[in-house]
Amino acid sequence: MNQVSKRAKWYLTAVALVITLLHLIPYYILLTTAFKRAGDFSSKWLFPDYFSLENFTNAWEQANLSNAFMNTFVITFFAAAMLILFGSLAAYALARRQTRLNKYVYMLFVAVMVIPPLTALVPLYQLVVDVGLMNTRLVAVLNNVAAFLPLTIFLYAGFIRSTVPKELEEAAKMDGASTIGIFFRVVFPLLKPITATVLILSCVYIWNDYQFAIFFLQDSDMHTLTVALASFFGQNTSQLGLVGAAALIASLPMVFLFLFLQRFFIEGLAAGSVKG
Amino acid sequence: MDQPLSSTAQAKKAKKRRKESSLWWMYLPSVLLVLLFIVYPFLDGIRISLTNWNGFSQVYDYVGFEQYKRMFADPDTWLVVKNTLLYGIGSTVLQNIIGLGYALLLNHHLKVRTLTRTIIYLPVIISPLVMGYIWYFFFAYQGGALNDIYNWLGLDPVNALGNPDVNPYIIVFVNTFQFVGVAMIIYLAGLQSISKEYYEAANIDGASSWSKFKNITLPLLAPAITINVVINIIGGLKLFDVIVSLTNGGPGNASQSMSTFMYSLYFARQDAGYAATQGVLMAVIILVLSLAALFYLKRKEVEA
Repeated sequence: MNQVSKRAKWYLTAVALVITLLHLIPYYILLTTAFKRAGDFSSKWLFPDYFSLENFTNAWEQANLSNAFMNTFVITFFAAAMLILFGSLAAYALARRQTRLNKYVYMLFVAVMVIPPLTALVPLYQLVVDVGLMNTRLVAVLNNVAAFLPLTIFLYAGFIRSTVPKELEEAAKMDGASTIGIFFRVVFPLLKPITATVLILSCVYIWNDYQFAIFFLQDSDMHTLTVALASFFGQNTSQLGLVGAAALIASLPMVFLFLFLQRFFIEGLAAGSVKG
Repeated sequence: MDQPLSSTAQAKKAKKRRKESSLWWMYLPSVLLVLLFIVYPFLDGIRISLTNWNGFSQVYDYVGFEQYKRMFADPDTWLVVKNTLLYGIGSTVLQNIIGLGYALLLNHHLKVRTLTRTIIYLPVIISPLVMGYIWYFFFAYQGGALNDIYNWLGLDPVNALGNPDVNPYIIVFVNTFQFVGVAMIIYLAGLQSISKEYYEAANIDGASSWSKFKNITLPLLAPAITINVVINIIGGLKLFDVIVSLTNGGPGNASQSMSTFMYSLYFARQDAGYAATQGVLMAVIILVLSLAALFYLKRKEVEA
């Protein structure tokens, strides 16, 4: 970019700071809301002059957040693990073996990416009822995996084609290694950067998923964080402090993950988008 | 090939064929999952849209295109389509203009760059449902932060979320706030890939800032623009969570998107056949608009 004077740089810094402050407003309001006791109707712009975690402890118990945390964690963990295993295996075959069948299969995955998943809500719901998977964590796992697989395969295949050298695989083959052995011992370790991208994108997506969870996990024992939060809000529309505390609790794990792994989040997105 | 192959060549070819096995077992689980959870429901949705099924009964009739006739005659359809287009196109325009502005600003090596980038990107990793609640605290009629300001100014409180003339725009605003960080990051990556030499050459020619932006920056950002526009259109057209938490589609159907409308048709009104018909319309709208944007912008990229 063109050089700007020192003075201009000061102005730009000031502008950037103002923008930053504006973007912080909703979090500020969330904090003041979450820390105010029930019955404290003072302005949302001011922090209370006392310190109370009342809303947090109440929300944790009343919204059954420990259970929701467990469900969300289990679903996110298994779905991400399956995505990485199935996605990288599929992408390897599709990227390395250009048979006619494989070209059609790859086209299938690319084509599926443009189908908006929610448009098939009615039959999908019926299918889940028919196979008896309603209100199971398994259905949330499988559905999230299916929804995110096409993009995962697309990212892995692009990475394998452009970055993983064939020579290593050929050398391993000479030594008599099996295809699956070559994949896990030689190829998979080289996929680390793109695996990190897939992991981050998919974990955020699955952790935050609401639109599928609300259909398939209606039983309160199966609620994930978003579903628990939505039903908690329904019961406490006038007690915003409780809802604020619950919303804060539900978001913290991903926020911490983001702050610690920020570089991977942002680079991953940029890499994924440029290849996409 | 007419010439008979020598035995070694034949062996080589056989070997090559053997080597070129499809390894289909490696993608079998992925294919099955995608067929079962995406392709089959999508096709079955088209079948259900031709029935009067109520969502739970064993008995239903095929009614041909009755549900489609009903859909096109239903004033709610047009309200909901209008909202959906507003969410899709409105968010796309705002996210791209503001995202590009932010990227241009942060492309200067400012000291606060990492901080600003982090804060702008932060909402992307928060659930849209939660983001809706957070902004609900801001806009709520009773005890909302906005009305605190109105109160200080001596004005009457406003019920922004309950006002059908205003709340669709609030939804666009919240969706833009949440995902502008994605556009910003993609534009920043695009800006950083532009070689400095172009700008140096333009400086020698004495080009103005605006002409540099118009003739160098924008054309070279074309691929980033394409990605952003397509991602944002698809995201905005299928908006769901944030509407649930901000307005729940109300008042009445005033802020309903096609996603939330379909949901209420199916679960609240047991109108499964009709919900599936709305689903087909939604798929068509998303496909047509995103592909149209993709092809239009790709052609522009080539021209640029």
